[in-house]
Amino acid sequence: MAEMLSGADMLIRALQDEGVEYLFGYPGGASLHIYDAIFKQQKVEHVLVRHEQAATHMADGYARATGQPGVVLVTSGPGATNAITGIATAHMDSTPIVVISGQVPNPQIGTDAFQETDMVGISRPVVKHSFLIREASQIPEVVKKAFYIATTGRPGPVVIDVPKDSTDPNETFEYRYPRKVALRSYNPTLRGHSGQIRKAVRALLTAKRPVIYTGGGVVQGNASAELRELVDRLDYPVTNTLMGLGGFPGTDRRFLGMLGMHGTFEANMAMHHADVIFAVGARFDDRVTNNPDKFCPDATIVHLDIDPASISKIIRADIPIVGPAAAVLREMNQVVGKSLDRNPDGIDRDALADWWNRIRRWRSKHGLDHDQRHRGDSPLLPQQVVQAVYRATSGDAYVTSDVGQHQMFAAQYYKFDEPRRWINSGGLGTMGFGLPAAMGVQFAYPDATVVCITGEGSFMMNMQELSTCMQYALPVKIINLNNAALGMVKQWQDMQYGGRLSHSTYRDALPDFVDLAGSFGHAGFRASSVKELDEVMSEVFSPAYKDKLVFVDACIDREEHVYPMAIKGGAMNDMVLERQPAQA
Amino acid sequence: MSARRIIAVLLENEAGALSRIVGLFAQRNYNIETLTVAPTEDETLSRLTLTTFGDENTIEQITKQLNKLIEVFKVVDLTEGDHLEREIMMVKVRAEGARRPEVKRTADIFRGQIIDVTDNAYTVQLTGPSEKLDAFLRAVGESTVIEAVRSGVSGIGRGDKILSL
Ligand SMILES: Cc1ncc(C[n+]2csc(CCOP(=O)(O)OP(=O)(O)O)c2C)c(N)n1
Ligand SMILES: [Mg+2]
Repeated sequence: MAEMLSGADMLIRALQDEGVEYLFGYPGGASLHIYDAIFKQQKVEHVLVRHEQAATHMADGYARATGQPGVVLVTSGPGATNAITGIATAHMDSTPIVVISGQVPNPQIGTDAFQETDMVGISRPVVKHSFLIREASQIPEVVKKAFYIATTGRPGPVVIDVPKDSTDPNETFEYRYPRKVALRSYNPTLRGHSGQIRKAVRALLTAKRPVIYTGGGVVQGNASAELRELVDRLDYPVTNTLMGLGGFPGTDRRFLGMLGMHGTFEANMAMHHADVIFAVGARFDDRVTNNPDKFCPDATIVHLDIDPASISKIIRADIPIVGPAAAVLREMNQVVGKSLDRNPDGIDRDALADWWNRIRRWRSKHGLDHDQRHRGDSPLLPQQVVQAVYRATSGDAYVTSDVGQHQMFAAQYYKFDEPRRWINSGGLGTMGFGLPAAMGVQFAYPDATVVCITGEGSFMMNMQELSTCMQYALPVKIINLNNAALGMVKQWQDMQYGGRLSHSTYRDALPDFVDLAGSFGHAGFRASSVKELDEVMSEVFSPAYKDKLVFVDACIDREEHVYPMAIKGGAMNDMVLERQPAQA
Repeated sequence: MSARRIIAVLLENEAGALSRIVGLFAQRNYNIETLTVAPTEDETLSRLTLTTFGDENTIEQITKQLNKLIEVFKVVDLTEGDHLEREIMMVKVRAEGARRPEVKRTADIFRGQIIDVTDNAYTVQLTGPSEKLDAFLRAVGESTVIEAVRSGVSGIGRGDKILSL
């Protein structure tokens, strides 16, 4: 006979059966029955956060690092609305999280009850799907469906809104967790169209100036190995989007660096002059294409994506392929392999050699470092800090970031050789993402080195989580690129608003971050010169601090800008490469 | 080139499914001109017909985004092939003195039925493609129309083409 469980117990049991390790949450009236069910078991570990937004970013960080869904539990009303920013963040970057929200009892829905908010309604534009539990007996099946939807096809956040009456401890139901789930109206594509794949291969093999441009889809779709194999066969240049970093090894000689608004000169020039662009799991975001009307005028576009709606949305694809990146690339590798076996000269090697020479010239002229003329021991440059972190962690850390100049410096100067190591909010650009995301990663991998490269503005948006870090002994390493400004905003004001710094600095109202970290029981360091930085780095990443959270307040040049930078409204080859004399 | 399109959607007959569709149009700045929805012969399904304007890219995005909704089974742009479209209208028209027989005659020409009568007005029921309803309103003269209610367009493919699971 099946076990008899209350709705609350069924919910937690279903999470157990789904293999959930951590539940990031914060309690309240509507979720009290569920919290009691949590108390009575040991399998799912609940992590008490300090703000619901942080819970969603933790779950998101966990999901991005592991590929497994992250799970959140919040109460109704303010708990639910606090979670929205994190849900939208996961939605924009297609990460699988499941958010369970408490709700007022079914009979009270629609009456403006205490802490009632229409969670399904308010989250609707930023979820992949959502459920409202009408009867407790639906709970196991809805949980199964929620995880299935969140993790398959193009992943995304799913909300389950749970009215309190459906978790009543006094009403029990037969518990059976469905082994499989079938949704008749939801059938994600499992493989690509072979005809399209052959066409794509033909276009690739006849290319004279090819570029492979890959995004978050390669990372999320676990397609890095297949991508490497393709590049090994073809020896074509590869560029990654901000979301795609690590999808192809950052230290590989065929890697051009990141493309787009703050991408490298060689990546953007190669894109602009390409005759064939193979886009994999990338969506031609406006931060990549710049002006779509001027985008890569000579290129045949081959576009592979799991989501048909991403194809030909911004840039029309000449050869679209809908399917999972890994499966399609595997098939392409076979077709490419067979074709080159049959005809090793089926690829224009002379043209490709010319192409590589052009790319090398671009790189040697305007490599990332060209603007970093030596400026002495201080002020410390943000680029130097990221490079120091890269060296100190042997390029092997999980790095999360926030949003701003520091994020771009981290993306440009930390070389990721593996997928799922670079974790940032690319789509929504959510300040406050970095620390909680790092915590989620650290929960998933307790022994890994997890670094959060942040800015003082972003850090202060979720710094209350320092307390959570203390409670759970999370040894995250926080590197604060402190320019005492909302640097990215300031950069735009410097460049486009005649240096009128409208509300982008804090008038010396910043806390002493070293003391702040200390007050939460963590270790804090400050570095204001290259020499101090080297000393601090060798300590922070030494065994002495392996188990401690360390906050490094890196006081950097307040005037530094991020370059290269795309010229607004231009093509991909329209870039500012260094500070213009007028703004110096 | 922007054109009027009739899009038919087959979806789960569930609470909330309709709001996702309407929300999608608002969120992505697509326009909806008319919208009708009702359960199908299979009660677990609803069928929705909507008319919208857009160029080819927009319509392609609309159908793709609709298809992406978890509760949507199928989406067809009926205007891509042979199809039938009908709309029903009930219109209250001033009908006094000499106008009275004239309104009756016009209704007859358009194969409308008079379904309610008062001393000074007729209520006419008309069915047909939207242009026919527009033409009737022009024929009786806008100033004589007291109130009109239109159902929005329903559409179906001609011949063997069907929209089903
Ligand atoms: C929640 C949120 N609010 C506002 C912004 C707009 N914004 C983008 S970058 C930035 C400044 C970030 O400052 P900081 O974290 O110190 O980073 P810096 O650019 O100085 O490195 C702001 C305000 C945002 N991305 N997210
Ligand atoms: Mg700053």
